[in-house]
Amino acid sequence: MADGSLLERLKQIAGSEHVVTHERQLATYESDGLLQYAAKPLAVVLPGSAEEVVAVVRACHEAETPWVARGAGSGLSGGALPVEEGVLIALSRLRRILEVDVPNGRVLVEPGVTNIAVSQAVGPTHFFPPDPSSQIVCTIGGNVAENSGGAHCFKYGFTTNYVTGLEVVLPDGTEVTLGGPELDQPGYDLVGAFVGSEGTLGIATRIWLRVIPKPEAVRTLVAFFDSTVHAGEVVSKIVSEGIVPGAIEMMDNLSIRAAEGATNAGYPIDAGAALVVELDGSEAECETRFEHVKELCRDADSVRVAQDEAERELIWRARKAAFAAMGRIAPNYYVQDSVIPRTRLAEVLATIEELAAAHELQVANVFHAGDGNLHPLVCYDAAKPGEAERAEELAGLIVQACVDAGGSITGEHGVGVDKKRYMPSMFDEPDLATFQRLRCAFDPDGRANPGKVMPTPRLCGEVPGPYRRHPLEQAGVAERF
Amino acid sequence: MHVAEAPATREELCSALTAAGEAATPVRFRGGGTKLGWPPAAPPSTIELSTAGLTRIVEHNAGDLTAVLEAGVPLAEAQALFEKAGQRLALDPPDRGATIGGVVASGDTGPLRGRYGGPRDLVVGMRVALSDGTLAKSGGKVIKNVAGYDIAKLFGGSFGTLGAIVEVSVRLHPIAPHTATVLGEARDPDGLARGAAAIGQSPLEHHGIDVAWAGGQGRVLARFAGASPRPQAEAAERLMAAEGLGTEIVEDDEPLWDEQRAAQRGPLVVKVSSLPTRLPVLLRTADALGGSVAGRAALGLSWVRFEEPSAEAVERLRRDFITVVQDRPADLDVDPIGPIDPATRALMQRVKERFDPAGVCV
Repeated sequence: MADGSLLERLKQIAGSEHVVTHERQLATYESDGLLQYAAKPLAVVLPGSAEEVVAVVRACHEAETPWVARGAGSGLSGGALPVEEGVLIALSRLRRILEVDVPNGRVLVEPGVTNIAVSQAVGPTHFFPPDPSSQIVCTIGGNVAENSGGAHCFKYGFTTNYVTGLEVVLPDGTEVTLGGPELDQPGYDLVGAFVGSEGTLGIATRIWLRVIPKPEAVRTLVAFFDSTVHAGEVVSKIVSEGIVPGAIEMMDNLSIRAAEGATNAGYPIDAGAALVVELDGSEAECETRFEHVKELCRDADSVRVAQDEAERELIWRARKAAFAAMGRIAPNYYVQDSVIPRTRLAEVLATIEELAAAHELQVANVFHAGDGNLHPLVCYDAAKPGEAERAEELAGLIVQACVDAGGSITGEHGVGVDKKRYMPSMFDEPDLATFQRLRCAFDPDGRANPGKVMPTPRLCGEVPGPYRRHPLEQAGVAERF
Repeated sequence: MHVAEAPATREELCSALTAAGEAATPVRFRGGGTKLGWPPAAPPSTIELSTAGLTRIVEHNAGDLTAVLEAGVPLAEAQALFEKAGQRLALDPPDRGATIGGVVASGDTGPLRGRYGGPRDLVVGMRVALSDGTLAKSGGKVIKNVAGYDIAKLFGGSFGTLGAIVEVSVRLHPIAPHTATVLGEARDPDGLARGAAAIGQSPLEHHGIDVAWAGGQGRVLARFAGASPRPQAEAAERLMAAEGLGTEIVEDDEPLWDEQRAAQRGPLVVKVSSLPTRLPVLLRTADALGGSVAGRAALGLSWVRFEEPSAEAVERLRRDFITVVQDRPADLDVDPIGPIDPATRALMQRVKERFDPAGVCV
């Protein structure tokens, strides 16, 4: 286990000014974006280079000490929650953009580079499509760990579709290169397996990203409807007409009220639902499609078309502020990230409403309507006895309703520590055991981000997999009951 | 190779695989049988386990643009069904007889990859059978989902060496009502590459930029699709003309793209993973070796085809490029898989040992 000698070694590697052990300073790192969970690690180390990351991981391996990697700490599933007996490896100093190759659409970055910085580095002609709401602060390393999405992923895809290569430090300190700037390298697609593995397979120290030309035209509107059901029908019509909007986002009345209060974007606070539709692409194609979308929104109570970039930003400001604005509705909220098949939207929203009423709590709904990714915000007041527990129970029932409708427990926030208890609602034991095989191939000692993703702790045996028939059974001599 | 009876259910397939695992008999999975010559030769004692009995289209959720298919479903059959709803699975590899399982297991792609990605981008969930009797699933059937590890990506392109793919969930896309393709003719590799790059670097929303090259000349094919593709095609035409290419717009363009797909097959085909700016070097190398090239210019992927197979041609390409050999004569003495860094290879080996503990999936 870790002791003074490990701390000494970390100080030698990263410099003592980059090793945090003081109680008060450790508090900065005890939670990520999900504040419901907190744990103080033994130490926080902030390596300054890929080489230092390798040395830190190797030192932890030799000291048999678990570790957790952290980017900006903006994650919403507790994925970067420290382990108390372990080291937190903060990658915020690795923020160099190492190569920008616009002709080939590639950028090589260190993990601490922010998401927005990649688009800035290749702008104005190109951009990096994944755009989580936290993109100003969140890091590419974190995006890789969580396979982050964002408002524009219905059309453009997720982080995993834009990572072509990784340099990774495995939990035993070995360095491996997975993929590279070129696509389809020989062998298994370990890049695909690594992206979205929530920091449990190793630390990416260099990341090759694919960037693409920016569309020449963007058209944005927001339509207001009397209900989410009505707005949901319009979403289905748009998609079934073969239109693939760059983004299509919905907010319900409670979210509209909160966001409008915070932003004064001009959303009518009595609207039952707001639907933001953004088309992008070529000028001609965009215009034809946009007219079609306006036609499909003809039954809306009102439609506002962005006349310029400033108005587009205003429309988006309300949507992006929805989470932060929830403080106006209740002192605390619990955000979920479930996904449903889009065609089940009306039914699932009705269920959420019933469940909320039964729990005497309010639930605001903000969602990526194109891909069915809901962000129900369960509002509560932690100061009122029993309300936090009721909120948590309600949140769990909402997740279950989404899984029952054929969906997922998480669309973009990750499982982390927060949703691991829901994993058995989606996956059976053989599925979980199969996940564990991948983890064991990378991290047989279980030191990378332990306690995350899997619902119960697991070890890596020598021979993985479930039951194997005993020779006596094979011979028909014995049976297994 | 012994051919086992085609199991009718995934459980039966899993049992057959488990039995092979217990008997330590090597197993190779067979879908449509179109790419059996791609992986390294199997040991003589190998059993061939077919997915021909797994032909159910389990779900087609037209409203959600998703589908669930058993591995043995012929891709063409699934496409015919999706087409009735104006949709498709945006995978268009060359072989008409290929199954969805085989396409995913081989990671094979056609021209649509430029716009929609490959199997790794379109498969959203997967069920697999492993050599120790495990039947497991990952992902789901919604297009956005980050719960659990992405086992589907690991099995995509694995050629069945980790276990059998028995079912996949896929994302579908609407079929665009109209298409138009701009052709740009060139007689020098740099001109051709400039023509392709002019479109690839522009904000035009193309549905694929291919090149076809043989004997010191070739053309760029840039496809546009949508409600009104013509204006984009005309803009692309102007870009290529400015680079000195002789241009033409073709609206009845499907035969052009069939040709591109067909060019990915041949007596010897080497797939090259490169970057768009290295295209001229590749074209010159292919010319020197007597090969022809079909390429996805914006992706940096190319297929070099040789009418007269030789191991030297593969070695020569391998000196400058990342390659895998696809079609080839059985007696050609080449390693189909190009070199892999030892540390990476060791990690791949550990993955293989965990997923195929019996070590029988070859």
